[in-house]
Amino acid sequence: MLEIKDIHTYYGESYILQGVSLELQKGELVTLLGRNGAGKTTTIKTIMGFLIPRPGAIHFKGREITGLRPHQIARMGMGFVPEDRRIFSSLTVLENLNLPVVGGGSDGWSLDKIFEHFSILEERIRHKGSELSGGEQQMLAIARILRSGAELLLLDEPTEGLAPFLIRTIEGIMKEIKKSGMTVLLVEQNIHFATEVADRHYILYGGKIAYHETNQEFKGNEEVKRKFLGI
Amino acid sequence: MSQYLITQFLNGLVLGSLYVLLSIGLSAIFGMLGIINFAHGALYMLGAYAAYTVVGVLSGNFLIAILVVPLAIGLIGALLETTLLRRLYRVVPLYNLLLTFGLMLAIQDAVRIGYGPEGEPFNIPSALLGAVNLGFTYYPKYRLFIFAITVLASIGLILFLEKTKLGSIIRAGTEDSDMVDALGIDIGKIFTLVFGIGAALAGLAGVLAAPVQNVAPAMGMSFLVDTFVVVVIGGMGSIIGSIIAGLIIGETLTIGVLIWPPMATTLIYVFMAIILLIRPRGLFGREKFHE
Repeated sequence: MLEIKDIHTYYGESYILQGVSLELQKGELVTLLGRNGAGKTTTIKTIMGFLIPRPGAIHFKGREITGLRPHQIARMGMGFVPEDRRIFSSLTVLENLNLPVVGGGSDGWSLDKIFEHFSILEERIRHKGSELSGGEQQMLAIARILRSGAELLLLDEPTEGLAPFLIRTIEGIMKEIKKSGMTVLLVEQNIHFATEVADRHYILYGGKIAYHETNQEFKGNEEVKRKFLGI
Repeated sequence: MSQYLITQFLNGLVLGSLYVLLSIGLSAIFGMLGIINFAHGALYMLGAYAAYTVVGVLSGNFLIAILVVPLAIGLIGALLETTLLRRLYRVVPLYNLLLTFGLMLAIQDAVRIGYGPEGEPFNIPSALLGAVNLGFTYYPKYRLFIFAITVLASIGLILFLEKTKLGSIIRAGTEDSDMVDALGIDIGKIFTLVFGIGAALAGLAGVLAAPVQNVAPAMGMSFLVDTFVVVVIGGMGSIIGSIIAGLIIGETLTIGVLIWPPMATTLIYVFMAIILLIRPRGLFGREKFHE
C-alpha cells in the first residue's frame, strides 16, 4: 500500500529525516513513535507531499508519488489528519464535512454514516468550526477525511490533549476504521493508546528508524521503550 | 448648510464605494495568496481605459462596458497570476513586492505609450445624466448609480462566498491553503480564481470611476495608497472589513475637506494609526492572521 524507501528530508536548513524506510500493507494499522523532534510529523508531511525528500522515493498503491502536489496525492486516496486538526474555523461543521474531494476509487462515508459514529457532530452541524471544543474538532478532522473515501490515513497524534473518555471514543473509531479495511499510519505519543490499536510499530530516533516490531513484541520490550521513548 | 452636509455625506459614500470595490480584491488577494498587489491600482486604471475604449473609441454602450470590462480585467489578472505571480509564492515576500510594483509601472507605461500621457475625456452616459430628487435634496443620478452597483456587487460576492461550495472553498483557503490542498482541491486554481475576481472588481471600479475621475495613466497610483489604508483598517482578508473601512475612509476624506482641506488626507493616516494602536489586526481582521 505504502512503501517509503530511504527518504532524506530537510526542513529549511535542518536535516530532519536521515534515511527513513517503512512499509505498510493494506489493512494494517501501524504507528510511528518517537520523542518530540524525532521527525514523526516531518515523515507524515513528506508522505503527503508538503515536503519533498532529496533523495528518496515514496510509492503509494504501486505508483511513485514523490514530487506530486498534496491534492494529487489526496485524490489517489491518501487522507491527512494533521496534529493541530486544522479545522476551518469560519466554515460550519457541514461545510467542513463537504469540502474534501472524493477520490481513490472508493466512496467516502455518507453523512448518515458519519453521524452514526460521530453523533456529537450532528448536533453541531450548523456551528462554525471556531465554536467547537478541542475534542469536537478532533472528531471533525477525522470525520472530514472519512468523507473523502481515503484508503490510507495519515493521523498525527489524534489523542493529543483529549480527555480520557474522548480517547476511548477515538479508540473505537480506530477499530471501526480498521475493520472497514482502511490502512492507517498513526503518529502517537500515547503509548497505551498505540498498543491498544496497532499491529506494528516503528520508532523514529534521530531521524532514522531505530526499531521496528510487532505490537506483541513492543508491548513487552521495556528496554526499547526506555531507550527510545524515555518511559 | 445641513443640505450641503447631506450632499457631502452622499459624496463620501460614493467615493467610499470605489474604495470598497478596490479594497475587497486587494484584501482577499493578500488574505489568501499573501501578496501585496501593487498592480491593483494599475488594473483599476486599465478598467477605466478599457471603458474609454469601449465607449469613447468604439462608441459602445456604457452598460456593455460595465459587463465586459470587469470580465476582461479579471482574465488579465488570472493570466498574470498563472504566468508570473505563481512562481514566487514560496519565496521571501520582497520578491512579490518587486514583481507587482514592476507590473504596475509596466502597465502604466504601456497605457501611456498607447493612449498618450495627458488623459482622456469621459462623459457621463446620457441615460444617467441629471439629478434625482431624494426628497430632502437633489443628487446626481450617476453618483447614485456608482453606489447602487457597489451594493449589488458586494451583496453578490457575499452570497457567493457564504452560500456556494466554491465560496466555502475560498473561505477555507483564506484560512489554511495547505490544508485545502491536502483535501484534494487544487489550491493553485483557487488562487487564480481569487486573483481574477479581485482584478475584476478593480476593473469594475475603474469603469465606474471613469466618468467622475480623470482617466489618466497615473489615476490608480494615488487611489492605491488610500486603498491600502482601507485594507489595514478593515483587517486583512475580511470583506466586511473592506466594506465598512472603505465607506469610513470615503466619509473621512469628504467630510474632512469641509472642516479643513489640508487635514483631510492626513486624517485617514491618523485614523489608521489609532486603529493599529488599539486593534493591530484591523476592525475585522482575524486573530493571529499575518500578525
